[in-house]
Amino acid sequence: MIASQPMASLTIADVERIAALAHLELTAEEKALFTRQLADILAYAAQVHAVDTSGVPATAQVLAERIERDDDPRDSLPRDEALANAPDAAPGAGLFRVPRVIG
Amino acid sequence: MLPSSARTIREQIAAGRVSAVDVCRAALNRIAALNPTLNAFNLVDADRALAKAAEIDRQTTAGVPLGPLAGVPVALKDNLCVRGMRTTASSLILERFVPPYDATVVARLEAAGAVVVGKTNCDEFAMGSSTENSAFGPVRNPWASDRTPGGSSGGSAAAVAAGCVPLALGSDTGGSIRQPAAFCGVVGLKPTYGRVSRYGLLAFASSLDQIGPIARTAADAALALTVIAGADPADATSSREAVPDFTAALGGGMKGLRIGVPRSFVTVGVDAGVQRTFESALETLRDAGAALVDIELPHAKYAIPVYYLVATAEASSNLARYDGVRYGYRSSRAADASVREMYARSRDEGFGPEVKRRIMLGTYVLSAGYYDAFYLKAQQVRTLLRSDYQQAFEKVDAVAMPTSPIPPFRLGEKTEDPLQMYLADTFTVSAPLAGLPAISVPCGFVDGALPVGLQLTGRMFDESTLLRIAEAYERLTAWHQRTPAI
Repeated sequence: MIASQPMASLTIADVERIAALAHLELTAEEKALFTRQLADILAYAAQVHAVDTSGVPATAQVLAERIERDDDPRDSLPRDEALANAPDAAPGAGLFRVPRVIG
Repeated sequence: MLPSSARTIREQIAAGRVSAVDVCRAALNRIAALNPTLNAFNLVDADRALAKAAEIDRQTTAGVPLGPLAGVPVALKDNLCVRGMRTTASSLILERFVPPYDATVVARLEAAGAVVVGKTNCDEFAMGSSTENSAFGPVRNPWASDRTPGGSSGGSAAAVAAGCVPLALGSDTGGSIRQPAAFCGVVGLKPTYGRVSRYGLLAFASSLDQIGPIARTAADAALALTVIAGADPADATSSREAVPDFTAALGGGMKGLRIGVPRSFVTVGVDAGVQRTFESALETLRDAGAALVDIELPHAKYAIPVYYLVATAEASSNLARYDGVRYGYRSSRAADASVREMYARSRDEGFGPEVKRRIMLGTYVLSAGYYDAFYLKAQQVRTLLRSDYQQAFEKVDAVAMPTSPIPPFRLGEKTEDPLQMYLADTFTVSAPLAGLPAISVPCGFVDGALPVGLQLTGRMFDESTLLRIAEAYERLTAWHQRTPAI
């Protein structure tokens, strides 16, 4: 897809595709609402296309320092504490439980 | 009634004129009296606070040297982790989350003797400009209960303005400390990117998020920043830049300072009352000896679109961690579902509308076909905006703008139109995009009792100049001494 006017064609199908990428099971009302609102916001945001950025590097973050640390082993969170907030844990086995992954 | 400033409270405790427990009780009583109206707190932990206060009193009796915030009641935005204290980011998805560790800022505040009284209400995951996006209901402005306190740190700003606590922490990604501080008539400081460790801050947009103080005076903001600033091995984005004693900058006055005013930018779409108040503040700065210099920030008009493209992209990635597995809410409709259905249902039920809208927008701008046109483009314009500021700072020491183009608006006024809500951030989003520190100080009122804030933006790591100007301005005006009749 080409992005010169990418928002002009925002459809429910686009919103469904994005929702699937974002792991959001939207209701029909949410899909309709977001189709309209995202189109509005993207139409507004498209004004950045008016700026000449040829040869301009991207800013991902502003710090000039490179901050790294040595790869030293350290204590991690105790297992029972790591599991304490899980909605479905098996603390005895030290596991997070999830629905069946392999059919 | 609590003494109004953190510095005074600490002095009185150190001098034995008041106990930390009595100060803590006064704060807890004020919260109990006002919170039913304000809804500023998501959680108050009186037992924990009183135990910490009693510890300070024992230290005072034993003659142990007291920390710089000894006995000062502090409120924390509910996106900052405190070990054992429920931390929700005002989201249903974290309604029952109890952190197993302290945020670095919390550990530093408590090491300095501060007494944490509770967690303040905010927009869900700090996404909003009115605190109306909270899963636990909106916060009301202490100056006008039909108005918003601003956002997203609206609970922190309202708690300080209402005299519940002299000091609170907020987080600022696009204005979330400064705009609520302006709307509530208090001081709010967003430090330089990297100045304060974000370890234990629930992440929203990692190239922008920064933690900072909300207080009644510049001196208290300086005191708090001195305590919380500095490198942290647990946060690879915390800078090793030396941390000065920010209180040493106070008292420097206004003489010799050059303050830039981006005239063509700050005259568009600004409420007439806010404009008059801003002009009057500029006159005060000039009369006190500052030189006002006209400057241009040619790309500042693109800051809102750049911000909402960059911040939502980062948010869509950061919030992917809420999947109903390791912590947080899991949908009850997940029992017979596949794991992917479980993720999608838990996230749809757990996140509120604004968070979902931003995850959707961020996912869109990062998706194949749109990445270059929106996300990369926004990052390039971000570079141009940084250059605008770099050029301005060759001529001036700080840049002045109104913090918000409008005074506190009515609850419900902007909730139907997200874009209108976003436009309220026009003067606050550029400082975080450029990584710069910025402060909001009370500079007057419009329509009777609606507070207005003056924003000053400084060079990277030059919070000292901002605090110096803010404190000098406070000495020339009485705006910060007014309190709401609540």
